[in-house]
Amino acid sequence: MTLITALLALGVLALLFGALLGYSAIRFKVESDPLVEQIDDILPQTQCGQCGYPGCRPYAEAIANGDDINKCPPGGEATIKKLAELMGVEAKPLNAAQEPAVKRVAFIREDECIGCTKCIQACPVDAILGASKLMHTVIAEECTGCDLCVEPCPVDCIDMIPIPVTPERWKWDLQAIPVKLVE
Amino acid sequence: MPSLFQQIQAGALWDFHGGVHPPVRKTQTSSKPIANLPLPDRLYLPVRQHIGVAGQLSITTGERVLKGQALTFADNSMVVPVHAPTSGTIIAITEHTSPHPSALPETVIVLEPDGADEWRPRQPLNIVSCDNQTILERIQDNGIAGMGGAGFPTHLKAGMSQPVDYLIINAVECEPYISADDALMQEAPTTIVKGIDILCKLLNPKAVLIGIEDDKPIAIAALKAACSQREHYYVREVPVKYPSGGEKQLIQLLTNKEVPAGRRPADIGIVMQNVGTAFAVAQAVLDDHPLISRIVTVTGETLVHPQNVHALIGTPVAALLDFCGFQAEQRQKVIMGGPMMGFTLPDLSVPVVKTTNCILAPTATELPDAGPELDCIRCSSCADACPATLLPQQLLWYSKAKDHDKLQEYNLADCIECGACAYVCPSEIPLVQYYRIAKADIREQQREALKAEQAKARFEARNARLEAEKQARLARNQQLAAAREQAQQQSGATNAVADALTRIKTKQAEHAAEKTREQILAEREQKKQQARDYQAQKAASAKQDEPTQGALSADDSSATKNAAVAAAIARAKAKKEQAALTADTATTNASDTEQPGNSEAIDPRQAAVAAAIARAKAKKEQAALTTDTATTNASDTEQPGNNEAIDPRQAAVAAAIARAKARKATAKLEGEE
Amino acid sequence: MSFKIASSPHHHNQRSTAGLMKLVTLACIPGIALQAVFFGYGVLVQLVLAICTAWLAEAVMLWLRGKSILPRLTDHSALVTAVLLAISIPPYAPWWLVVIGTAFAIIFVKQLYGGLGNNLFNPAMAAYVLLLISFPVQMTQWLPPLPLQAVTLSPLDAVCAVFTQYSCSGFSITQLQQGIDGSTLATPLDTLRTDLAQGLTLTESYSKPVYQSIAGAGWLWVNLAYLAGGLFLVQQKIISWRIPTAVIVSLFLLSALGWLAAADANPSPLFHLFSGATMLAAFFIATDPVSASTTDKGRLYYGALIGALVFVIRTFGGYPDAFAFAVLLANMCVPLIDYYTRPRTYGHKAKGSTK
Repeated sequence: MTLITALLALGVLALLFGALLGYSAIRFKVESDPLVEQIDDILPQTQCGQCGYPGCRPYAEAIANGDDINKCPPGGEATIKKLAELMGVEAKPLNAAQEPAVKRVAFIREDECIGCTKCIQACPVDAILGASKLMHTVIAEECTGCDLCVEPCPVDCIDMIPIPVTPERWKWDLQAIPVKLVE
Repeated sequence: MPSLFQQIQAGALWDFHGGVHPPVRKTQTSSKPIANLPLPDRLYLPVRQHIGVAGQLSITTGERVLKGQALTFADNSMVVPVHAPTSGTIIAITEHTSPHPSALPETVIVLEPDGADEWRPRQPLNIVSCDNQTILERIQDNGIAGMGGAGFPTHLKAGMSQPVDYLIINAVECEPYISADDALMQEAPTTIVKGIDILCKLLNPKAVLIGIEDDKPIAIAALKAACSQREHYYVREVPVKYPSGGEKQLIQLLTNKEVPAGRRPADIGIVMQNVGTAFAVAQAVLDDHPLISRIVTVTGETLVHPQNVHALIGTPVAALLDFCGFQAEQRQKVIMGGPMMGFTLPDLSVPVVKTTNCILAPTATELPDAGPELDCIRCSSCADACPATLLPQQLLWYSKAKDHDKLQEYNLADCIECGACAYVCPSEIPLVQYYRIAKADIREQQREALKAEQAKARFEARNARLEAEKQARLARNQQLAAAREQAQQQSGATNAVADALTRIKTKQAEHAAEKTREQILAEREQKKQQARDYQAQKAASAKQDEPTQGALSADDSSATKNAAVAAAIARAKAKKEQAALTADTATTNASDTEQPGNSEAIDPRQAAVAAAIARAKAKKEQAALTTDTATTNASDTEQPGNNEAIDPRQAAVAAAIARAKARKATAKLEGEE
Repeated sequence: MSFKIASSPHHHNQRSTAGLMKLVTLACIPGIALQAVFFGYGVLVQLVLAICTAWLAEAVMLWLRGKSILPRLTDHSALVTAVLLAISIPPYAPWWLVVIGTAFAIIFVKQLYGGLGNNLFNPAMAAYVLLLISFPVQMTQWLPPLPLQAVTLSPLDAVCAVFTQYSCSGFSITQLQQGIDGSTLATPLDTLRTDLAQGLTLTESYSKPVYQSIAGAGWLWVNLAYLAGGLFLVQQKIISWRIPTAVIVSLFLLSALGWLAAADANPSPLFHLFSGATMLAAFFIATDPVSASTTDKGRLYYGALIGALVFVIRTFGGYPDAFAFAVLLANMCVPLIDYYTRPRTYGHKAKGSTK
């Protein structure tokens, strides 16, 4: 008899709590950004396509659907760490062998440019200015350094040059200051 | 309970949290007269010596300038121009080690003094009769920026539209060793007060509070005497404590107010100016004397004569040190600024700028190097010393972990980098250095985030635009197709020419469709190879030309011409090969017409001639191979026609010959067929 | 000539961790001296043993962890841990007790947590608790204070006693523990606890010779010596005044409350303050910077918590003295205390205040 009472009591309790939990899950649901949005916010938005997807958002969708989080060279380790945190998975080393250590922007050697507009078509963020048969130039401020314009250039006149360090952007690396000898 | 203003009037002083008491060591310099530095051989004038943007250069290399002449001019309010500190010649505008902790090169104007010290004409202002705007313009045009350390443009601070309750004149000079302001106050108290008068006219404050540390009795007496006629000027002696000269700390000391985080003092009705700035304002407005020199404390035990000197802006630090009898040690530290917040210099050619108040050359025993960094023992001496009431050891922990969110939670941004925490740390942890790195990282991250956001927006906008264009094109094509169909049905008759054209078009389309990805890639590679060849050739020809170039710059144009000719030939040759390889004449033709056309536009006659010849030859080859004579003919006749229009005689002759040859070749082919 | 690049500040107040630790050790000396006088030279033997063990353990651990040994060994933090442990345990406890304790403190409580600055618990106190729980008999074999000692031990006797548990003249520790009246003596706190448990009133208990002065013979003087050393440290700004003050005030208030409520069952506040390890703990143990709270307000809470725990454990708990437990329990609360007592940053509104 006691056995049945105990079982009944526990069963009822379990039901009650289950119902309570179920109710609160619906009632107090936390409205958050959809996962894809959150992932997209973490990605560096270079739109470089090095992950194999045409842009950052498609890659975000792919991650949300279970793709690896280590396919974004421009984001580097920092992005992978954040993605790992968000997705609750282990952070993996970067997939691509080389990671661009320094931020770079595209630069068109303007006297060699033939005005073919191929780079303009390649640029995912419309950061190249120019018209057919006229010289093109890169808006350095808007360039994400994605490299996508380098390959299509028929005369190889696009260089990726590192962004120069200015006192404003300097990272207080005292070791790197060259000490000059005088006299 | 008396009001705050009454309390301030009654002479109340408050205190701020923390602070340290490093040995002051000011007596070596504060009691001596200010020395005048001899004119140095060169003056290095950084074009930007303040917070803001650099002005536009208004001089060129080789120009002679007069003392006080503006070398840059302001095109917006964030610009403070720089002036020639003496008359002389501009010998270069170049990159030079900057007076910044990073020592990164910055643009400087190099001035060679001629020793005449000849002034430009000066127009002193009468402040009674002129309006505030004129005074502000005068302040900006004479290059006045805050001389306390940050170098904020003075005209912006003095031209504040918000109502100002208190104007605080910062004469605290709390950093050890430095006595430049002290010396200035002893020497020119009346000019300082005149400067304060001008600032008062601009800002109209309820009261002027002059804060001085109480270890400067002579300066205090001098200023009190100079202020005696002005009843709302209050000279306040604050107890010696570092960093009571910090803007926020002095405000708290004198008014018991706190500047809310992320706001400016003006938001709580306070404007603070350095005492040196007040002096410079008086000089600028009353004498039309721009900011071209300042008092610099040159001190440290490696100097035989530590003293304050009047140094022209742009004087290399080496000149100051040598003047004071510098005897360098091994691994000498030369510090620009004080021992608490100054930075070490990697070489002594760094110039004195508007914000330079001290050059410190200590011996190794005087200011010993920091020992090895040990583990934090959580003694929280740093928290006790922090004037911003931060928790430095928590910040250290999170800085090391690069946990930027936590750093923001613990208000890293409120750190004023005064160095009090590192001064007291028994484990000799360079706390401030960690915070600076973390701050720079956070700033960088914020910049990146902003950029990513922009990139995303641009990417999306581009996608939307492409989509819209695609739709529009589709719609137009449909429309055109419909129209054509209609027209065809209506006319019924067919035009032979139109027929031929459409045939060609379809054929071309077919060919184009046949072109596979590999072909495109191969072509692209080829083009690149071409470009590389071109570059190599260019480099080679540039090398060949070097001697001549060095001799005569006029040769430049001929050199480029040569290069261009060579390039065109190379391109044409490559094209020929390509043509020989590919069976696709239509595409080749198309690119042929495009590229040489381009080069002609750029190159002068010779290139055009060469190009035309090359093209013609290529055409011939092509013609020999191709079976599609109609197209070749068409393009052949078309192109030289174009060229003739542009090119003069020679080209025309060459083209004509080429054309004739081509014709012959085609005819021959046709005959064979 | 080359120039040295360094980050500001270029000046330092020349107070080093090693210097701090040395001063702490120095400030212990008066207390140690009196302890040696009143309770025998055994404490000196324990000190030597503890210091040697601590240095050895520290060096080995640093070597195993691949850290530079010399700079960390010479920061004297191991020395302080060793001293604090050595003076906390009975002077004639067997030699292996202090060796085990010190080794545990350095290896497990300090180094395995990441070395100096990273340990959650006070190493000396964690070791003390370990020893107290594992070896309760040895850890309570205090000898009667000097005026009550039946047999006075020479320094050589002390060495023998620590290593063999017999003095050179052949007395066993148990024999030595007996006072002049022939009864076995424990510490005043211990006696009190036993007596109260046996239903005696305090007045009856006080009549025992072990209570010669306010807090028991010898103990008062030892405590006063530690108080003096502690005040020296406060004056030198080596330790913050907040923690000791909070400990003492809270212990005083609570014991006064108990004393006023039932004077016959609770000893006087003065007895609480000057008996046992009160002063040593308030000034030297609770103030260990690594495991204590770091904010000003937090230190007050932390000290008060220790004082309260000491009173509670002394009055209601099963152990005669309670500082080790109280400090460890308070150590556990430190992260919480620190988190909730963050000071208001300049220019920021106080937490909780509406904007």
